[in-house]
Amino acid sequence: MIATVDFTDTIGKTKRQARVKMIEEIRKGALANLPVGASVAAYGSVLGMLAAQKGITWLQLLAMNLSVFAGSAQFVMVEMWLPPLPILEMTLAVLVINMRYMLIGASLEPLFKGKSLLHKAGIIHLVADENWAVTMAAYRSRGATTGFLLGGGLCLCTIWSMGTLLGHRLGALVTHPERFALDFAFVAVFTALTVSMWRGTRDIAPWVTAAILAVAAEHWLPGKWYIVIGGIGGALVPVVPAPSFKKKRPASASESKTGEPLAKENP
Amino acid sequence: MNSLSPTDLSVALAIAGAALATYGLRLGGLLLAEYLPRNGGFRRFMEALPGTILLSLIAPGIFSAGLLGGAAALTTALCAWKTRNLLLAMVLGMGVVAAGRWLA
Repeated sequence: MIATVDFTDTIGKTKRQARVKMIEEIRKGALANLPVGASVAAYGSVLGMLAAQKGITWLQLLAMNLSVFAGSAQFVMVEMWLPPLPILEMTLAVLVINMRYMLIGASLEPLFKGKSLLHKAGIIHLVADENWAVTMAAYRSRGATTGFLLGGGLCLCTIWSMGTLLGHRLGALVTHPERFALDFAFVAVFTALTVSMWRGTRDIAPWVTAAILAVAAEHWLPGKWYIVIGGIGGALVPVVPAPSFKKKRPASASESKTGEPLAKENP
Repeated sequence: MNSLSPTDLSVALAIAGAALATYGLRLGGLLLAEYLPRNGGFRRFMEALPGTILLSLIAPGIFSAGLLGGAAALTTALCAWKTRNLLLAMVLGMGVVAAGRWLA
């Protein structure tokens, strides 16, 4: 009897500990995303101003924030917002620009390993570029959990909504947002995030390829295809075997080096 | 009756379409990842992808922004690399653009 009581007590304790750990991870994730949140608020306010000019109500904007929750796609939507709304074109544009989320989702698979479908379906909605990048960086250096990811998502969704709504309300007051370089906020934050993804000299060839492909695709192709073309094209570079490169060091050494970040198990 | 106008319906459809497309990609990527190969070329591809996608997102913008945009992006990148402080890097980059425009 005593053993049974001890056993259930242990289960209860484990569950309680897991919950406490989850809340602690959410808190950590939210805090880790606060610095990037400041820039999210900055370009969110720019989106709010643009939305107000297009006659989008703050309620529609809030619905967009909560249901779409993807900055660059929302910028494209607002850009295309001209009645009668081109619903099909808009959906297709969002599909193309957010195609990276499929790859982002796939890259998070080791983090979600062993979690229930409900857990995955719930948390994956709040994955944006920023909290994904912050979580991946944390995961690579010291390990992170889905709670950390969720905390960042909750933090950013709140900041994103507040920033866009503030921009929407103040839209009339700031007549020249470009004077404060607010239009550069998006490029600035993504530049900083890109730097945090640098893995050393082995990234030179993929990154140069990605940049050239993206600039060329943006110039020659309509819409937002350049993100997918540059991203996939650049990432294909390390897949192509390079004979001169293999002679310099054993294949096994480069393999283990490449495999290091994702090989780490979820703590 | 204004709240049920065709305009509102199209707004609802536009937002719903974007939301469903985005959520489908997010969850689809996560669920499909389990069926994707986990080593060799595909793995190298997946590991290089985060950086190349982020770079592709900004490269055309920086390229078309001219000298000022390039200088600001370089400032942002250097600051982010040296300090690992995203906010400071962003404020510095925006400061370069704002100052450049103010001087022009």
